Amino acid sequence: MSTELLAVKRRQSKTQRRRLGARYNQNGVALLFLAPWLIGLVCLTLGPMAASLYYSFTDYSILESSRWIGADNFVTMFTADPLFTQSLKVTFIFVFVSVPLKLMFALAVALLLNKGIRGLGIYRTVYYIPTLLGGSVAIAMLWRKMLGGDGLLNQLLAMTGIHAPDWVSNPKYSLYSIVLLSVWQFGSSMIIFLSGLKQVPPEYYDASSVDGAGKIGQFLHITLPVLSPVIFFNVIMQTITAFQSFTQAFIISNGSGGPVNSTLMYSLYLYKKGFSFFQMGYASAMAWILVLLIGIFTLLVFGSSKYWVHYEDGGK
Amino acid sequence: MDTSSAFKGTVIVKHIFICLIAFVMLYPVLWMLGSSFKPANQIFTEIWFWPKEWNFQNYVSGWSGFQGSSFARFLVNSSLVSAGAVLGNVITCSMAAYAFARLNFRFKAVCFALMLMTIMLPLHVTLIPRYILFNNLGWVNTFAPLIAPKWVATDGFFIFLTVQFIRGLPRELDEAATIDGCGSVQIFWRIIIPLALPALITTMIFTFMWTWDDFFSQLIFLSDVTKYTVPLGLRLFLDSSSQSDWGPMFAMSVLSLVPCFILFITLQKYFVEGIATSGLKG
Repeated sequence: MSTELLAVKRRQSKTQRRRLGARYNQNGVALLFLAPWLIGLVCLTLGPMAASLYYSFTDYSILESSRWIGADNFVTMFTADPLFTQSLKVTFIFVFVSVPLKLMFALAVALLLNKGIRGLGIYRTVYYIPTLLGGSVAIAMLWRKMLGGDGLLNQLLAMTGIHAPDWVSNPKYSLYSIVLLSVWQFGSSMIIFLSGLKQVPPEYYDASSVDGAGKIGQFLHITLPVLSPVIFFNVIMQTITAFQSFTQAFIISNGSGGPVNSTLMYSLYLYKKGFSFFQMGYASAMAWILVLLIGIFTLLVFGSSKYWVHYEDGGK
Repeated sequence: MDTSSAFKGTVIVKHIFICLIAFVMLYPVLWMLGSSFKPANQIFTEIWFWPKEWNFQNYVSGWSGFQGSSFARFLVNSSLVSAGAVLGNVITCSMAAYAFARLNFRFKAVCFALMLMTIMLPLHVTLIPRYILFNNLGWVNTFAPLIAPKWVATDGFFIFLTVQFIRGLPRELDEAATIDGCGSVQIFWRIIIPLALPALITTMIFTFMWTWDDFFSQLIFLSDVTKYTVPLGLRLFLDSSSQSDWGPMFAMSVLSLVPCFILFITLQKYFVEGIATSGLKG
């Protein structure tokens, strides 16, 4: 009896020790699990970040050795490179037109699908298809052909007697053809909104209709505030992605950023500088400006969030 | 009675409205699918997507490819790159995620913050030094620069996703296993991996899709036509501007979209959950 008890006790203290050990002494095993990630972090992230920061102050090109030129790259960008300014302009227009439109569209469709409609699963699938396929080269090429001079859209318009321009090769419209392609892919934002809408307690609506609130009032005072964290998240993710967009502009302009640089997205110009002209120092400097832009934007959104993002638990 | 039939009426109108929007939205894709079966002269003159007769000639001539590399070559290359990337991501990201979710170690908070930072970081910042590194290793124009980064868990996003998932698993299971004498490696392998399967599947799906569709890195690292992947192979159609090439271009475009489409239809649940719970960008 007593020996049994002793054995149990011994076992207990052993597990306790093991538990304690498990809590405080796992550096070795953690290193094992984190080894690949650590190698990646040092060799492919932090190391290259330091290197590109250094290159951004040099005239490095892969063809010859580099020379320290101080802040020359940055000065050139903002004072003597009209294409850089153009690429900033194009990117800003793209980001600030496409992201709000995309989110508004996503929200509208999510609201349409939300009210316990039959076949939600099927509709959700169908509306997600553009997002599923849209990032591919295939769809970008389709877009180029569809909005081109004798493409599908103009054939349709010709039937109604409208003689429309070539949307892709007219510098007035070319960027907006890419905006359209981006807005078309509203599927993931829609899915996030749909799951956000499920969180709205139905009592809120019941109570407010008792108080005589209309549909618009309910949308403004219940739906939007409850959804605000989801909107906040979507704005940040979509904007960061939009700042870096590349494939669509590349394919639609066939790598040129044309016509007349009207689709010269920031990433596209960076690619041309780094890998067509081999001005890798300059391209590195551009990359850091991009980080700065994204950083400033994210901080602004975070800073503004306390005025418009409402958390259920009061933000704790 | 009257109000309920009016209600039914509005519901039906709503369904028609939703279907109409869906049809307009999907029309470009349907038109491409239909055009891939039409002879060149009909692609320009017919607006309705359904082909009058089914013609497979576009697929035959598209398949023959460019400069002696058939489209099969591009498909094989893309499959190799995607398989390597998926395998790498699912192994190394789940390992890192387990450490962050379950183990205690020095500098954990710092490491986690660094991992979150890599998610937000635009790839452009590391691109040029990575290019130089891979160039010095002699890896440019091989698949290695596209696969190797996935074997060192550089996609922080998937680590984060899996960490969140593992944190939701009951810790009692780990403790019970510890009492039974399992070490961390066994807990990872026997308990965490089987239970975190949904997160791993989400990681695999999205890694596959993003690698299959990736254009930027493949454009930078691959230069030889025999090494070309599907996106690069498709792009070659753009260089020939003759309208007779539209058909083959659409045919191969359709073919390039099939794998993602099949994946989506069969594993839809994971897509929706992955997007809704972690906000995966599309």
